[in-house]
Amino acid sequence: MKILLKNVSLLNPDQKLDKKADLLIENGKISEIGSIELDEKDGKVFDLEGNYCVPGLFDMHVHLREPGREDEETIETGSNSAAAGGFTGIACMPNTDPAIDSAEIVRYIIEKASHHLVDVYPIGAVSNERKGETLAPLLELSKAGAVAFSDDGVAVKTSDLLRSALEYLKMVDAPLIEHCEDEALADGVMNEGAVSTELGVPGLPSVSEDLIVMRDVLMAEYVGGKVHIAHISTKNSVEIVRSAKLKGIKVTAEVTPHHFTLVDESLRSYDTNLRMNPPLRTQEDVDAMIEGLKDGAIDVIASDHAPHSLEEKEYEFIYAPNGILGLETQLGITLSELYHKKHLSLAEIVDKLSVNPRKILGLPVPQIKVGEIANLTVFNPDEIWTVDVKKFLSKSKNTPFDKKLLTGKPTLTINNGQMFSQGKFESIV
Amino acid sequence: MSLSSRHLLGLYNVPKEDIQLILDTAVTFREVMERPIKKVPTLQGKTIVNLFFENSTRTRISFELAQKRLSADTVNFSTSTSSTKKGETFKDTVKNIEAMKVDMIVVRHQSAGVPKFLTQFSDANIINAGDGQHEHPTQALLDMYSIREKLGKLAGLKVCIVGDIAHSRVARSNIYGLKAMGAEVSVCGPTTMIPRGIENMGVKIYNRIDDAIKNSDVLNVLRIQLERKAGTSIPSLREYHNFFGVTEERLAKKEGEILILHPGPINRGVEISSEVADGPNQVILNQVANGVAIRMAVLYLLGTQN
Ligand SMILES: [Zn+2]
Repeated sequence: MKILLKNVSLLNPDQKLDKKADLLIENGKISEIGSIELDEKDGKVFDLEGNYCVPGLFDMHVHLREPGREDEETIETGSNSAAAGGFTGIACMPNTDPAIDSAEIVRYIIEKASHHLVDVYPIGAVSNERKGETLAPLLELSKAGAVAFSDDGVAVKTSDLLRSALEYLKMVDAPLIEHCEDEALADGVMNEGAVSTELGVPGLPSVSEDLIVMRDVLMAEYVGGKVHIAHISTKNSVEIVRSAKLKGIKVTAEVTPHHFTLVDESLRSYDTNLRMNPPLRTQEDVDAMIEGLKDGAIDVIASDHAPHSLEEKEYEFIYAPNGILGLETQLGITLSELYHKKHLSLAEIVDKLSVNPRKILGLPVPQIKVGEIANLTVFNPDEIWTVDVKKFLSKSKNTPFDKKLLTGKPTLTINNGQMFSQGKFESIV
Repeated sequence: MSLSSRHLLGLYNVPKEDIQLILDTAVTFREVMERPIKKVPTLQGKTIVNLFFENSTRTRISFELAQKRLSADTVNFSTSTSSTKKGETFKDTVKNIEAMKVDMIVVRHQSAGVPKFLTQFSDANIINAGDGQHEHPTQALLDMYSIREKLGKLAGLKVCIVGDIAHSRVARSNIYGLKAMGAEVSVCGPTTMIPRGIENMGVKIYNRIDDAIKNSDVLNVLRIQLERKAGTSIPSLREYHNFFGVTEERLAKKEGEILILHPGPINRGVEISSEVADGPNQVILNQVANGVAIRMAVLYLLGTQN
């Protein structure tokens, strides 16, 4: 089957590609780039004036709830949600039930996702059952297909275990993804500060994150391992990562759209959809996130897509679970807040949402070249739309962005011989 | 005259006129309480549910008494375990109770924000009887009532709240209410019990009890409890008493009068000495009586509003 993308801007900073052209896909592969005509009866033609075609977007921090909480999200619904958000690849966190701490579960996930448009890469647990006691079988997990390792939800429990894990992971050159939070300072449920004091809500101090970022950076330097800081959220943490990079320490970092847009002030509503971990911080921190994205201290934008059932989000504030959906709003928020507000160029955004996460995980970056598999996202940075949670493909509905007006929307998601367009999947081979 | 809101969720942003109205209305009910027949028919036919997710016999009894004296029908629902832990959500629990056609809900809960959350799905008037470490507005109102009763005013007075400010809903409501009424508010306690950013609420901070006594007209002394993390925020109750306890000796150094309040229950020999707790400066038992009058006033004003 032939698909012609007409008048589209081809943009891939990894290839130094930035030009407007037509692109022809035949049976899932890029067959021609240039000035191309195609008769409607020979295939599908999309006039994509104003749209950009980039290497398929990649979200390296997604919580699929399978196995364990299939009522909240499954590998299938999470992948559907990713495609709807313009993502052709995701990495899924191991805090499932059971945790991704055995090769069987890695294979189970890969197998279940294998037919899908979206490539799903499991992240293995660092410790067995994520308990922070003994190392999970990291080599076996890696061999089965795990691309990184994390005890996300909590930090690697002890310095001792962290050291071992970083040493051990050098054998497979995979990063350790750290949820940075000092357990002893982790009693609260929102950012500690003037707002938590007024609201009488137990606070999570920013220093709890900073301490673990510092610990991990020093350990990465000492051991020579690779650490990736998940969902960075404090000004100090960004500063620590920035200076570590200057010293040549192998550390990378990601930020979520909510941490570069929302602040703790918004919790005055006690909306449990604003409860997340790390918590929403202050405007000063938000500004530091944007600064970090601009100067490269922060490499990646990732959603920390965390589906939760409606019942659980209707718990009382201090009992509600942390986390919000992210896949279907991430591109729109990023374009609205970073591109349209002139903080990042589109090429920089493609780096943060596609190129860098793949490089960190050691995955090839899709190339926009004749002969390559079409692994592409087409988006219109200027399309204005309103978020409607009822239309989400995710199985859950927990987002604080419902009804929000965004500028920038995915148009087509193409990968593995399939295309997602206007709410539907179709085969293109 | 009526209140500007149909709920009493806290004293944050509550206008001075509303507080004034509650305090003035309470004066009338305080008089009713001195009569041989202490009952008025004002809320006859109204059903009020006391929804207590956290144990508090005193506050519940005070509300119940206020409701009985206003001739309302009262239902008590008390549980110390969170409904969510029993598999039923808080929302379900409340919806069930509401289906029985209640007019007002008095709620106490471990989680900040619960009274506000209730307003999103209940048509009843909601009265906050304490939510987490957030607010306890009727306590602050009765504290203000007791001060005004004794000193004749609130505006211009220097009131210091002493104790574990970080974990106190009484402190927060008092700060909002007293400031709205024109008092100067300060807090005093060990640095570990003073929450970050409290100065944004417009209060002065004392870390020495002698300074607090010296510079205040009123001390509102909070109960000190050794909580779960005992030993990390203060070393011991003994040390607290030695450095922050309100004692005769310390009060004796004060030039001029000082009024002592305590929301109870008292830990004699910890935050306050027995002599002070029973002494001439305190109004602790008045506070208890005034509490009923304040709650009658709040229930009356919300229950008869249109
Ligand atoms: Zn995390």
